[in-house]
Amino acid sequence: MKKLIYLDNAATTQVSEEVLNEMLPFFRQTYCNPSAIYSFAGEGKKAVDLARGKAAELIGAKVEEIYFTGGGSESDNWALKAAAEAYSSKGKHIITSKIEHHAILHTCEYLEKQGYEVTYLDVDEDGKISLEELRAAIRPDTIVISVMMANNEIGTIEPIAEIGKIAHENGVLFHTDAVQAYGHIPIHVDDMNIDMLSASGHKFYGPKGVGILYIRKGIKIRSFIHGGAQERNRRAGTLNVPGIVGFGKAAEIAGNKMEERTAKEITLRDHLIERILSEIPYVRLNGHRTDRLPNNVNFCFRFIEGESLLILLDQLGICASSGSACTSGSLDPSHVLLAIGLPHEIAHGSLRITLSEENTLEEIDFVADELKKIVERLRGMSPLYEDYIKNRK
Amino acid sequence: MYSEKVMDHFNNPRNVGEIENPSGVGTVGNAKCGDIMRMYLDIDEQGIIRDVKFKTFGCGAAVATSSMATELVKGKTVQEALKVTNKAVMEALDGLPPVKVHCSLLAEEAIHAALWDYAQKNHIVIEGLEEPVNDIAEKAEDEDY
Repeated sequence: MKKLIYLDNAATTQVSEEVLNEMLPFFRQTYCNPSAIYSFAGEGKKAVDLARGKAAELIGAKVEEIYFTGGGSESDNWALKAAAEAYSSKGKHIITSKIEHHAILHTCEYLEKQGYEVTYLDVDEDGKISLEELRAAIRPDTIVISVMMANNEIGTIEPIAEIGKIAHENGVLFHTDAVQAYGHIPIHVDDMNIDMLSASGHKFYGPKGVGILYIRKGIKIRSFIHGGAQERNRRAGTLNVPGIVGFGKAAEIAGNKMEERTAKEITLRDHLIERILSEIPYVRLNGHRTDRLPNNVNFCFRFIEGESLLILLDQLGICASSGSACTSGSLDPSHVLLAIGLPHEIAHGSLRITLSEENTLEEIDFVADELKKIVERLRGMSPLYEDYIKNRK
Repeated sequence: MYSEKVMDHFNNPRNVGEIENPSGVGTVGNAKCGDIMRMYLDIDEQGIIRDVKFKTFGCGAAVATSSMATELVKGKTVQEALKVTNKAVMEALDGLPPVKVHCSLLAEEAIHAALWDYAQKNHIVIEGLEEPVNDIAEKAEDEDY
């Protein structure tokens, strides 16, 4: 059997062994519901408190500001819908960007149907929002600004601290979707002026089905899932103890190993970027060259289509992703690639490779070698390439 | 997600390439939607398709349907080729996922476009052949939630 080369870590990561070992006792041994009175429940409660502390420590938050949720999408939905509801007496205007994850964009569209107004900020060719445009978009009735910390497709890191500063100068709440950033780059909620932050366990070697919403003390947003009194009455539902324990452990490891892990990933990332740029013609690196997630590589290969590329890579055991229409289930390519100004036909030929520290230089060289052949093969059967070459003559 | 036949035609596409001075050539689809097919036909005096080549920009299904369409028209008369429908292409490939049905329509259109070009060049009328539409993009339906 061919070896699996997993390069889709922005989609999900493998739960690390240390994280799994930490979680396992909470399925069969300490399976208690931590909300119960008996002392058996106390062990579960203790584990949850410990995990909450680790989740908080990674971003400089207070323990009581961390709320466990069912994942990144729930956190995003909660932050926006609850903030919109809580502050509707102040106004009904929300500011976000055009390159947010659908958990934010579709929530904004839902809120528009409820009578809210949303400004979607443009981004430049690297995927960064303009602080000037942000300032100009703020109105007296603006209640919340939500801009992602790092983009899931092109890896660009937004100027979060400056955005938060502008929000606070204008008395507006600031939420950031940090699903791709939490555990990968340094975050400090105070230094970055963040009021609310979403993160998800499975994006940094933790388990799926668990996330957090950080809510700064004093922010008056209400519960989103109604029911029991868990999470200080703000998020009902029996606590997912193994998941929460796994989240905490993954956050602890991320904090301890961030520099080492990041350095490894950046070496691999830059090696792959350099090889593609120098060895394959008619390509475009998407996303900012340096203000970029350590593990993200995203290219457009002109004259070819992304799904074909993915199928051929898959046959070699390589898992990657694309923003082509065929992979999005609609006829439009990724909204992020269109927002950075790419024409449709170029956006269809995108490839996202997201690394982990487990990847090796040999794997990356193998991918670069094979990619060269695959791109050449697909261009050989592309009428767009044929036209381009003929017109050039 | 794809049948074995689709994967076979994607991995080993039949009749990829160009024909110099073709009897007819047609290009359909648009890059905006991510699919473009170009079909070249070489047709003899008896109206039999002697050779056929294609080039496609698109997903796995787009490549496989183009490849299968060339197989289905090769050696056929113009009238027989006109009867190769998108359904016939799909059936020959053991089916396509619902979101990829438009690729088979594109293959049918590519045959028609190449035949139209042949008819125009030779000032003949092919019964049952209408001027092809260049862009068969389906409108994506708005999702409501």
